[in-house]
Order: sequence, then structure tokens, then C-alpha cells
Amino acid sequence: MSSSDTQEPRTWEPGLTRVPYWLYRDQAIHDAEQRRVFQGPTWNYLCLEAEIAEPGAYRTTFVGDMPVIVARDEDGELQAFENRCAHRGALIALDDGGKTRDFACVYHAWRYDLQGNLRGVAFQQGVNGKGGMPADFRMEDHHPRKLRTASVAGMVFGSLDEDVPPIEEYLGDEILERIERVLCKPVEVIGRFKQTIPNNWKLYMENVKDSYHASLLHVFFTTFNINRLSQKGGVIVSETGAHHVSYSKVSHQPQPNAEYSAEKLRSDKEGYALADPSMLDGCDEFGDGVTLQILSVFPGFVLAQIQNTLAVRQILPDGLDRTVLNWTYLGFQDDTPELRRMRLKQSNLTGPAGFVSMEDGAVGGFVQRGIAASRDREAVLEMGGGGIETQENRTTEASVRGFWNAYRGYMEI
Amino acid sequence: MAGFTQERLGTLNAAYARCIDNDEVEAWPAFFEERCLYVVNTAENHAAGMEAGVIYADSRAMLQDRVSALRDANVYERHRYRHIVGLPFVLGIQDGEASVETPFLVVRIMRDGATEVFASGRYLDRVVEGADGQLRFAQRLAICDSRNIDTLLAIPL
Repeated sequence: MSSSDTQEPRTWEPGLTRVPYWLYRDQAIHDAEQRRVFQGPTWNYLCLEAEIAEPGAYRTTFVGDMPVIVARDEDGELQAFENRCAHRGALIALDDGGKTRDFACVYHAWRYDLQGNLRGVAFQQGVNGKGGMPADFRMEDHHPRKLRTASVAGMVFGSLDEDVPPIEEYLGDEILERIERVLCKPVEVIGRFKQTIPNNWKLYMENVKDSYHASLLHVFFTTFNINRLSQKGGVIVSETGAHHVSYSKVSHQPQPNAEYSAEKLRSDKEGYALADPSMLDGCDEFGDGVTLQILSVFPGFVLAQIQNTLAVRQILPDGLDRTVLNWTYLGFQDDTPELRRMRLKQSNLTGPAGFVSMEDGAVGGFVQRGIAASRDREAVLEMGGGGIETQENRTTEASVRGFWNAYRGYMEI
Repeated sequence: MAGFTQERLGTLNAAYARCIDNDEVEAWPAFFEERCLYVVNTAENHAAGMEAGVIYADSRAMLQDRVSALRDANVYERHRYRHIVGLPFVLGIQDGEASVETPFLVVRIMRDGATEVFASGRYLDRVVEGADGQLRFAQRLAICDSRNIDTLLAIPL
């Protein structure tokens, strides 16, 4: 056996139309992603401001693998720091969230304020004059890593990098506008779900950004002859490709005789219709006719509006071949009872059991298993050309290529 | 009226579980009243008064649409459930309607044989007796103990 037999292939030609499969199953890549992407000069979604509205309120969350506490301090400022005691590394906070004056590690009772500063070391002076910390021990020298925080339309993002650009610049005007379009007033959390999917996190992000698959994998609307004839939409890709928006204006009204069989999808059943179409009686609450807007922020955040359902997703790698999706479903604080009920009914469209999204939980696993013996083979991404530019149609993989353009930049690969 | 005896409630649950696990979900909506509420939610959300479910249906017709989508629209790898349903506990009876709490365990068996606990939780039910003498659910909230759903939830709990 020569040494070349034991070397794992790790080549990737320049360009964005080919993605080698070793990227999805490589421990060295996973480790590098933690440093260069999640802890690099990126902004990572942490939580909603509405979840930590009062001083002393906190949530525990993650930046990639890193456990993080995000809190609102006594002055109302947002603070985020690693959820790791500076003493022995134990988690500082064990709950999902709550309200507190300070944090005490359960292991040896080291105490931190809401900014993540070490404020107390148990028995620092010893007991009965014996033991204790050396005289030159300075609490200021010991604290968990602190994150920069930024708030956009009520969402809190964090970065481990000192030199990360301001979040407005990171997102760009077009993405920012589309975030503010949806999160235009105070929100309320109406549900939280975790979904664990059997694939590398990048396969999920590609899926989110893949506007080409939508009508092919998800055939709920076509099966039930809910028309898409007036479909207008497009894909907005941010300058480096890092972020995207896919949107469409669709009149989702039942159309029993719609001429949809021409596409020969799995659907086209004559006269097939929903028994209770009331789920589709939504309203154009943003006043622009856009019924679907999927927006992603690199590396692992999605804001989705599907008719009147609003949800954010935090995407976290969990090893090489598992990914955690943390879903937070939203309503507005000023929802009428009717609109709230509509959101609840339309929650059937999205999420782990969503009529138009459940397939996304499984399809990444189909790839992960399909590529098991093909480290050195490549995926093909040529739909809509080779570029990453904004396009007024959705039969393109431009925003998936955009993901890889940004990824290659951060990873220097 | 024969009342909401343990035996009748137990039979209702046994029939419900059997219907889903034997892949006869076309019969599943008939376990519910025409106006009903079926929601799959988590214990944390439920305790916090958060109502959004991963499944939310407020009519029998919406349940029929779930079944149609399961059969004809949604794409998922072939799998089955095995429900183990515990003893129904009657919390109270008022206005001809029984509030019942019943624990459940659902094992998921995948195409390749992988068998794992998919969900555990409790059904929070409001059970009524129809004009035909059958017990039906006016409400069935499937409140899962865990917040996590592995891969996807296609077949109802």
C-alpha cells in the first residue's frame, strides 16, 4: 500500500459549479469551519430581542459548536459571551433562558455578571487563612470569550471576530430591506421546535438557497391544484453570495381545473383539491403581494415568510453528518385573533411536518448517504450558469453558488 | 349514555393507535368530530401557552388533507410507527365532554430496519359521544415530551 492510498483526497478546482463531496464528510473541514466561519468574521444569529426584553433576561444558544449566553444587562445593553466557566470549562448556565442578576457556575461557584465578567471566586482568600488563590490572581484576567453583538429588526446576532464589519454592511441594503419588510413591528414567539437532520450542515444551507428544487421536491401546491399561474419571483444574491432572498408572488387559491399537468410532476390528479382550503385564506399583511420569502444569512440563519407564517431558523452543525435546526415561530404582538389563528393553521405549511417543507428534513440525508463512497466525486451546480448574480427567475442555482463563493472566501480554500 | 368508562376510552385509544400503526390512516380523521382540534406540540410550548404546532388542524377536513398529502404529495422514506398508549386518566367530565390525559410512546421503524423511540408524550383529549354512540375526539393535543423531532414528522402521532 503506497502512502497515496492512505491520503484522503482534498482537492477542489477553482470555481463554483463543482462541489467535491469530501467537503461534507471531513473532520478537518469541520474543525476549520468552526474557526474560520462560525468564529470568524461572520455574524451568527443568537436570539430575538423579544426573548430577552427585560434587564437580566438571558437565553443560552450556540455559535457553531460554541455554547453561548446572550443577556440583556442592567443598562439594557445586549451582551453575549461563551457559556464556559473560565475556571474549569463547565457550562455557566444550564437552562434555555430565564432572568437573573448574575451567573454562578455550579461546579465551584465562580460568579459572573451579565457582561460575562468574573465577579467572584469562591474561597478566594482560602478558609481559616489556609488555601485560596495566590495573591496575584486577578479576576480581570479570567473570563469567557466575549462576542460582539448587533441587533437587526429585533434579532440579535453575535460575532467572535474583532474586525467583523458592521452588521448593516455585512448584510447589505437589499438583504436588510427584506429582513425589515417582514420583521416590521414587535414580534411574539408562538412556538419553538428543534429538528435534527441526518446530514452535514452545508447540505441544509444549500437546500435553503436552492430555488430550483422548490417546485420539484415540494409538490403539495401542485398536487392539490392550488394555482401558481401568476407566479412571479426571483432570487436576490448579496454581493459576495453569502446571503440570499428567494421570493415569489403566488395567488394560492384553489384552482381545480388549472392546467398544471403539462409539467408531469408527481402530481397532476384531475379534480384533486383540499377538503378544507381555509388554511389558504391568508391575507397580504405586508401589502406587496409577496407570499413567499426565504432569506438566508451566512453562515447559518434563515428567516422565512410563507404566506402568514413567520419563522426563523438557526442552523447548527452537530458533527459531520448531523445538523440541528432551531425553529422559532413568530407572530406580531398586535395580531388580531383571526390573524393569529391563520398563522397557527398555516404553520402546517412549514417546519418538520410542513406540507411544503418536510422533504427538506430528509433530502440532505439522501445526499449524505448517497455520497458515502464518493469523496473524490463532485456535485454539479450549473443551473442558471456559473455566476452568483441576482436573477428574476428561480430556476437557478445562483444563490447556492453564492454560498460556496462566500465559503471559499472565509475558508481560504 | 354508557359514560366515559376506562374500558371505552381504552378501546378508543387502542383503535386509534391500530389505525395509524396498521397504515390505515384514511380512517384516522373519523376518530375526530367534524369541528375539532388536533395539534402536535411540545410540552415546553404548551406549558408556556404557545399554540403553534408542527401540525395544527381545526377541522376533520384538515385531517383528511393531512392524509391526502401523506399519500399523494409529500415525499419521505418509507417508515411505520408503533404506538404504545398508556392508561387514559379522566381529569373531569363536564357538559357531556370528558377531559382525558393519556400517555403515549411512538417507536419509528425505518425502511432499513432502524428502530428508535420517535416520540413520547401525552394526549390531552376532550372526548365526546356522538349521536351514533361512538366516542370521538373534539380535541386531541399530542404534547411531546421532547422538543426535538428527528428528520421529519409525516405520519400523525
